[in-house]
Amino acid sequence: MNTAVPAQSPAGKILWAAIAIVGAFCLGVVALRRGEPINAIWLVAAALSVFVIGYRFYGKFIEHSVLQMNPARATPAVLRNDGLDYVPTDKWVVFGHHFAAIAGAGPLVGPVLAAQMGYLPGTLWILFGVVFAGAVQDFMILGLSLRRDGRSLGNMLRDELGPVPGVVAMFGVLVLMMIVLAVLALVVVKALTHSPWGTFTVACTIPIALLMGSYLRWFRPGRILEVSLIGLVLLLTSIWMGKAVYDSATLAPLFDFDAKSLAWMLIGYGFFASVLPVWLLLAPRDYLSTFLKIGTIALLALAIFLAAPTLQMPAVTKFIDGTGPVFPGKLFPFLFITIACGAVSGWHSIIASGTTPKLLANEGEARMVGYGGMLMEAFVAIMALIAASSLHPGVYFAMNSPSALIGNTVQSAATAISQLGFVVTPEQLAQTAKNIGESSILSRAGGAPTLAVGMAQLLHGILPGKSMMAFWYHYAILFEALFILTTVDAGTRVGRFMIQEIAGLFHKPLRETRSWTGNLLATVICVSLWGYFLYQGAVDPLGGINTLWPLFGIANQMLAAIALMLATVVTVKMKRERYVWVPGVPAVWLIVCTLTAGWEKLSGSISFTAAAQKYAQGMHDGKLLAPAKSVAEMQRIVTNNYVDAALTGLFMLLVLAMVGFSLRALLNAWRSNRPTAHEEPYVALASVAG
Amino acid sequence: MQTFRQDLLHSLRHGLQTGWQRAVQTARLSCGVPDYDLYVRHLREHHPERTVPSYKEFFRERQLARYKGTGGRCC
Repeated sequence: MNTAVPAQSPAGKILWAAIAIVGAFCLGVVALRRGEPINAIWLVAAALSVFVIGYRFYGKFIEHSVLQMNPARATPAVLRNDGLDYVPTDKWVVFGHHFAAIAGAGPLVGPVLAAQMGYLPGTLWILFGVVFAGAVQDFMILGLSLRRDGRSLGNMLRDELGPVPGVVAMFGVLVLMMIVLAVLALVVVKALTHSPWGTFTVACTIPIALLMGSYLRWFRPGRILEVSLIGLVLLLTSIWMGKAVYDSATLAPLFDFDAKSLAWMLIGYGFFASVLPVWLLLAPRDYLSTFLKIGTIALLALAIFLAAPTLQMPAVTKFIDGTGPVFPGKLFPFLFITIACGAVSGWHSIIASGTTPKLLANEGEARMVGYGGMLMEAFVAIMALIAASSLHPGVYFAMNSPSALIGNTVQSAATAISQLGFVVTPEQLAQTAKNIGESSILSRAGGAPTLAVGMAQLLHGILPGKSMMAFWYHYAILFEALFILTTVDAGTRVGRFMIQEIAGLFHKPLRETRSWTGNLLATVICVSLWGYFLYQGAVDPLGGINTLWPLFGIANQMLAAIALMLATVVTVKMKRERYVWVPGVPAVWLIVCTLTAGWEKLSGSISFTAAAQKYAQGMHDGKLLAPAKSVAEMQRIVTNNYVDAALTGLFMLLVLAMVGFSLRALLNAWRSNRPTAHEEPYVALASVAG
Repeated sequence: MQTFRQDLLHSLRHGLQTGWQRAVQTARLSCGVPDYDLYVRHLREHHPERTVPSYKEFFRERQLARYKGTGGRCC
């Protein structure tokens, strides 16, 4: 078998040595220069060097030694070519498709929240996390699925670990999805609260999508690109019209909502969008958001390269000790939970074992798609971190701290934030809000608004003009909202199918996806599950994001740990024990992080339990504890915190159960004297090609 | 010299055409719609007994299929 890494020419050696030296120098500047602000270009250059070196050396090592990808072996796409799902496809096309599927709002939100600790901790975790954990997970799961007819993560877990672990993991995926939908919807709520301009443009996406859907259905069937262009023009027009709404004394109040009403609207929207026919609303939005997402990422990259901003956030802030206003918790383990997507994201294992392995024409192309695709996503995360860190730190903390800490006026916020050590004046905060066409920027946690202000400032630096900054801000908000709402629609629909599947076990007719009873019932259950957490986050006086985001991070990293444990078990099953550390070390790291974070959320000063007990004690003593304004609000804080604590406990049990199953399978495989992995038999590419 | 320039122009045009086709294919695939021409060729070669769907029918079937399974999109 071809396991040796090909030898390199002297010129190649010199080139790679040069890249390594440049990378080390840039990283040195990023990590060691103190006292004076550095330019974002250093960070970009350091990231790019780390990525190409990781791709060329570690990625290649995994390809040749651990997975032993064989370009002469026929892939599922070749063997089962049906012209629809299994199609051998050009590698660049597969790469583009894979990247479009894995890149979402996650890598844009996590790094923005983590910027409270400074840009350095987040940068280092993204760079080294992706090379040694995230990209390893995506690539290995893709490689394993390629050898198993393109089977899904759940099926592979069932085959390699047993039926029970398969069911346990799939249950975890369902719960994770509900948390994902709730936290993403909350990001939209936080961005649109009391923002008539934003709410108007996001509301416009519904009629625009209906129009596009009808156009595609009756007028020009299947012309996706054409209709998306029309949609884009209409969207940009709606942003421009949004300013008129914001300026108008009669129209603005019609689109001015508080968080609670917005949450209810999103819940209602999620329900209707997922029972309507897909061609009418969901599909056209999906097309728009897919293209807009790629376009916006390209725009962000262009803005950073052209504007080359200076990073105003310190490299490391004092909040690594766990006292930060954005989210509580020390650097370890909470940095590694907060930045999930971008460094390592469990959700990718579902995509790497979904459509992608059914498209690859050759095993030799798996590294580029699996490992390379994840590196691209890490680069998106780095750009988000740059956008957040190039803001004035005072503005950053004003936008991301809960109102319980900084109050509701620019005066109280400026005082509170200056006391944290980041001097800012009320005028600066008011002026920023005015520049972007909003009444207030205070307590808009959730990443999207911060990123939007950062992006708006960068783009405004390149294309100055009156009120352009407000336009770019609302463009960025619209992009994230459009993207997230599409995820909410599609996720509710998938969740509905999963619930119908489970309900069908008890009462067969409920499983029929065409029956209106089963359909509506499952949709109501699904919407209530994520809607509960969304509503809880929207009315949470402490902000909501800082409770929900850690839950999301824990769940996402839990899934990544499960995927890496599968890769570890299969490596041993293939009797390649000496490479067990490749997936094994990141798996152990993620298990340690999720369990530690989970434990701190269950017991201790920053735990859900402690918060619940504090308010329960207050109620018992007949005292009203701020920020609650009534006994009913206190009761709600108590209940919500207990629910969150129970969920954390559930995630920890899931991880522990999967650790147990994996260890059992690992020991059996280690003792066996022959390979025991369930690989499909070898078929030579030459025998089927042509 | 003349032929060299013609060759260069020709390969440039060819490269741009392939690039554009790939971009369109990627964009469609990212929305869950695979290559229609490839599918038709596959049907003709391997299943001559089946009727070839029109692009409209093909598109509708794929649109429905995209939102049935799990995954397909990330957070």
